[in-house]
Amino acid sequence: MEMTHSSKIPEILKTHETELLSEWNQELLATNTRKGLIKEAELREECREFLKLLRSAAQSGNLSNVQATEWREVREMLTSISRSRSQKGFTPTETATFVFSFKRPLFDRLRQQLLDPAELGEEVWQATDLLDHLGLLVMEAYQKSREEVILRQQEELMELSTPVVKLWDGILALPIIGTLDSARTQVVMESLLQKIVETGSEVAIIDITGVPTVDTLTAQHLLKTVTAARLMGADCIISGIRPQIAQTIVYLGIDLTDVITKATLADAFLMALKRMGTTIARK
Amino acid sequence: MQKIEEMDIQSSADVVLVRQAVRQFAIEVGFGLVDQTKIVTAASELARNTLDYGGGGTVKLETLQEGGRRGLRLTFEDQGPGIADIEMALKDGFTTGGGLGMGLGGAKRLANEFEIESVVGEGTRVIVVRWR
Repeated sequence: MEMTHSSKIPEILKTHETELLSEWNQELLATNTRKGLIKEAELREECREFLKLLRSAAQSGNLSNVQATEWREVREMLTSISRSRSQKGFTPTETATFVFSFKRPLFDRLRQQLLDPAELGEEVWQATDLLDHLGLLVMEAYQKSREEVILRQQEELMELSTPVVKLWDGILALPIIGTLDSARTQVVMESLLQKIVETGSEVAIIDITGVPTVDTLTAQHLLKTVTAARLMGADCIISGIRPQIAQTIVYLGIDLTDVITKATLADAFLMALKRMGTTIARK
Repeated sequence: MQKIEEMDIQSSADVVLVRQAVRQFAIEVGFGLVDQTKIVTAASELARNTLDYGGGGTVKLETLQEGGRRGLRLTFEDQGPGIADIEMALKDGFTTGGGLGMGLGGAKRLANEFEIESVVGEGTRVIVVRWR
């Protein structure tokens, strides 16, 4: 951009830093609808820091490419602001306002300092372009930190929903909750087989009370898990087959005759105890 | 009032969404728990077929009202390779993938009405209806 060299913006940022900061602060505090989420002093400090970095980056004369090296510190700061805003529960609009609210003080300054309309137009355009790019950067960082949260939650869910519990000496239970898609089935299968080895268990009860839909793929995954457990010397009992699931399995034509199934986890547990030669008597 | 919704099936996450939407529709039509489970399971099979064998496609969910009875129609469409021998595909235990080979026949048994059209190289359309 040939105009970049003669831009007055770096100079204005330098000479009017204090006024810009106080006007921007007022602007931000006036639009700050979430006073509970961020302290006034903290906001002030962020403004001061940002303006300082913006000023020094602008001195390079490059106002059109915020991806360049001289803008690295500004980018890092905006990223960290977006991250903390998104964690505190700010909306995307509220987060982006941090950058966009700087437009008014800056444009006011430009209007005061530049008398030639053509020059003013060009400078305002450059300032808009710059602040828009920085605003987009904020949005991208905000989005990214949200995505990280979702990803983390997905991983947590995957772990959470497949605990293998020991019911008795030699008896394990695997209560499955949610959808049995292939990625999760892998985790389920691994954690069950691992626990069978660790505990030397002879019976494993897979409870599917919490599985909303049992279709052929789910059944196939279950059958594979049962077969693998059997190869390791453990018998599997599938429990928690609700009436509607039982009917559906019949219509689907899935053959579960090789697998021991029970309606409830309690029934399955009793059967497992019997198999271990243990009985429970009421006192 | 008739309710219509169209959904994309492009990933296994979409299959989950289809199941949820079908369950929602089934509840609105007033299906009991058994009928809900049947149509949801049929939808799950067909949605997965659309994804795995058809390379992705769409499903249209429609509530039906005919005289005094209400129902739910699901139309699965893909522009995949198509099915050369439909009779064979409907046979239990037949699969060209790694599945059990029960899905398509199972879906037919779970529905009250079942229609399948397929042209090799052009795609497949499966329509299932379940009445209350």
